[in-house]
Amino acid sequence: MRAPFASPGQRVARAALIAFVALVLGFLLLPILAVIPMSFNPTTFLVFPETGLSLRWYRALIDSPDWSRAFRNSLAIASTVTLIATPLGTLAAIGIVRMRSPARPILVALLGAPMVVPVVVVAIAFYFLFAPLGLTNSFAGMVIAHSVLAAPFVVVVVAASLHGFDISLLRAGSSLGASPFMVLRRVLLPLIAPGVLAGAVFAFMTSFDETVVALFIAGPTQRTLPIQMFEGVREQISPAITAAATLLIIASTLLLGSAELLRRRAERLGAQRPE
Amino acid sequence: MGRALSLVRLFGRNGALVAPLLILLLLAFAVPVGMMLTRGVTEQELPETWPRTAAALQAWDGQGLPSDTVARTTAEEMVAARRGGTLNRVANRLNYDIVGSRTLIFSTAARLAGGTRITGLADLTAIDPRWGERETWAALRHASGATTSFYLWASLDRRVDPDGAVVGVPREQAVFVGIFLRTFKISAVVALFCILLGYPVAYLLATLKPRIANPLLILVLLPFWTSTLVRTTAWVVLLQTNGVVNGAVQWLGLSDRPLPLLYSRGGVYIAMVHVLLPFFILPLYGVMRRVPSDTARAARSLGANPLTAFVRVYLPQTMPGVIAGAVIVFTLALGYYVTPALVGGGADQMISASIAFYTNQSLNWGMAAALSILLVAPLGAVLLAGRAVSGWRPI
Repeated sequence: MRAPFASPGQRVARAALIAFVALVLGFLLLPILAVIPMSFNPTTFLVFPETGLSLRWYRALIDSPDWSRAFRNSLAIASTVTLIATPLGTLAAIGIVRMRSPARPILVALLGAPMVVPVVVVAIAFYFLFAPLGLTNSFAGMVIAHSVLAAPFVVVVVAASLHGFDISLLRAGSSLGASPFMVLRRVLLPLIAPGVLAGAVFAFMTSFDETVVALFIAGPTQRTLPIQMFEGVREQISPAITAAATLLIIASTLLLGSAELLRRRAERLGAQRPE
Repeated sequence: MGRALSLVRLFGRNGALVAPLLILLLLAFAVPVGMMLTRGVTEQELPETWPRTAAALQAWDGQGLPSDTVARTTAEEMVAARRGGTLNRVANRLNYDIVGSRTLIFSTAARLAGGTRITGLADLTAIDPRWGERETWAALRHASGATTSFYLWASLDRRVDPDGAVVGVPREQAVFVGIFLRTFKISAVVALFCILLGYPVAYLLATLKPRIANPLLILVLLPFWTSTLVRTTAWVVLLQTNGVVNGAVQWLGLSDRPLPLLYSRGGVYIAMVHVLLPFFILPLYGVMRRVPSDTARAARSLGANPLTAFVRVYLPQTMPGVIAGAVIVFTLALGYYVTPALVGGGADQMISASIAFYTNQSLNWGMAAALSILLVAPLGAVLLAGRAVSGWRPI
């Protein structure tokens, strides 16, 4: 929409637009960045500006049995969830993209539902389902619940990487004598690997970041990092929380940043294929 | 085997690929959510604990008082439930309807266990005169059916009186309509702010050269990647009485004492807009990227001024993105729990907090389910309407 010969009025409007957008981007970014310097605060109070630099609160996190156990729990649960949700979501994405059945919209709605139903409602449903089965306060219960929430993200990410995928490649594989499993393993999966990897990272982060379901169904032995943080913020905010938040910011930025690069790469690979 | 074959016919061979996840989602999502929501419209306590009383009361016409036979059945099952430790369920259920019924049930059961013989209604009334009131029996009868509108009406601050008419509950108990309205208002305001702040951002990003737009897009994606809990924590830290925002306000001389930003409505709006804004910008950006830039230029060359070209040509083409983004933000905001729970004050809690309260603290699961129904139903309607208007498809 930019005219090459802009009038002074248009130039002012453009400058105002850029200034406004800069403010909004600052609003989005600065609160997250502000947490990071606070975590290096040497004092017990969260003061700003800093009075010095210290790793005291990171030390406190490592030394605290509660925080380190929460970290180990989150890691174990999220890894198991990734191992379950990624293959299930990938297979479903392949199936759904190729499907031309009248039942497709119903399947899509069901696969997408865990992403739109309010998480409080889902959490209570898990609670009612798991309580009589003895799955509340259990590792298995947490893994099942988080897999249900994570798998739809895998489906969306992998499905996006499959758009534009040339189906004749699969037919070519079959016509050369490969079994359907062989075609899947040797032709399809290598081509969509970036998308699947991106889906796996999304699944991991969905579980690693999940708070509400964990609050409802996790017992004392499954306390995850988000529960530890949620209760810490609710009771009294110690600088240790900002240290934990900083570590989570770094982890999610690295992981999801790489997932985003993989996803784009997957979409580019798909888009480059001649129609 | 025949059923499996018809499934193959329905879904095609690709159905086999979808089946594993489908089975997981059916067993661990659709069925439990469905069962949970059903609790909002079914009675469990009385029919399960006092089955014979429940059947007898369903046969009673609700006029006058029930027969001596019904009174004897009730007394017998009351003693049995006390012995079996299930009296609590009935007592709690009745207390939802008439406050004070808990003590009525427990004291009567204690007297009966002490050896008081019941031959008819008069003996129960002798223990407590409330057994001689039609209201008590009408409440028991309401709680005896298989299905109930009790919890749904209660979620709307209404109740069914002994004559079957729907009346409002006393003002001090009427809280839910207020909470629902507040939830919808907060969600709508958050969606509106996201439109106002997000549209210019998406517009600028979509019209810049990719070489400049892509790095800027990362600034939107970074908060999107960072967990909600971390971002909410950041706002709790920033908005504190001696936090950064208050420090800046005082340093700039805008106020000489700290403003109550945390645990206020303003804080909820700020934190929720911050958390949800990327959910608006990203789908809108996707739509704007596909709007051909020639159309607005064509309008300009045909004599339209920049504003007219924008309002009449560009804006309508981007509306599907605006609607899709606003629907996503609004529906996510409706069900939000973490951010209002940590940033909002006691008077700013949203409906999700009430649902959590009835599940964890008061253990009134019928009420938690009914509130969930009233949260999910409008949400589904908004999603379907948004889908119809914008043509937006998530998968």
